[in-house]
Amino acid sequence: MLPRRHFVIAVTLALATPAVPAQAATIQISMENLVISPAATSAKVGDTVEWVNKDVLEHSATARNGDFDVTLPPKKTGTVVLTKPGTVDYYCRFHPNMKAVLTVAP
Amino acid sequence: MSIRLSAAVAAMSLLASGALAQNAKLTDPQIAHIAYTAGVIDVAAAKQALGKASNKDVKAFAEDMVRDHEAVNKQALDLVKKLNVTPQDNDTSKALSKQASDKLAELGKLNGAAFDKAYVANEVAYHKTVNGALEKQLIPSASNPELKGLLQTGLKIFEGHQQHAEHVEAELK
Repeated sequence: MLPRRHFVIAVTLALATPAVPAQAATIQISMENLVISPAATSAKVGDTVEWVNKDVLEHSATARNGDFDVTLPPKKTGTVVLTKPGTVDYYCRFHPNMKAVLTVAP
Repeated sequence: MSIRLSAAVAAMSLLASGALAQNAKLTDPQIAHIAYTAGVIDVAAAKQALGKASNKDVKAFAEDMVRDHEAVNKQALDLVKKLNVTPQDNDTSKALSKQASDKLAELGKLNGAAFDKAYVANEVAYHKTVNGALEKQLIPSASNPELKGLLQTGLKIFEGHQQHAEHVEAELK
């Protein structure tokens, strides 16, 4: 009885998925010991990027093209919702050797 | 070039003459004192630079040094408090402080672009020296795992500072 019900739910979900627009995801990027990890991240428009500053130091996620500039106090997180596609290089204003890239698909 | 060389020579002679070269096993209270002193020295150098530097990248670097070294030293103070350890003054700390006050006086006589170059060159040399000491002496000698961990984190941070300083130095040329 139970397995069959699960099967029905599974089929319903599988059928429903293509009709629903892609779910916006939250993507975590860590900053620890002055390293941004992962250094390259792929995302889609509508996704949220959440930077997690694990250091005792203040960091920022600053886009070179001016798209975003998020200040991250020690041990805090900061987010940005991606609104346009493209490749964005960003860095930490306080530690310019911390660099990473975000590739945003439409 | 001569300023950069003298900074490097001073840094090396510091290592050679200080207790660091004597292979005497440093105790945790001594290690904590050395690490803290090294941070205080760089904050003092940065504060001098904030008053004298003319280049905006040099000023920004100095601001980063104040912010980061104060943050790391706060962690260090919190840790020694938690571990109930009293940092102990020692020959290495004394040698570091003496050299730093001489350097402050030397840089104090310079102005404008000459100051900027000399400050940044010294920051490169200083971070190299401190990072070498952390890697080869202080981290291996530390007994307490939390102290060792903080020193390892410090090393990664200060390696970042060294790269940053080298970048600024290259830009100034």
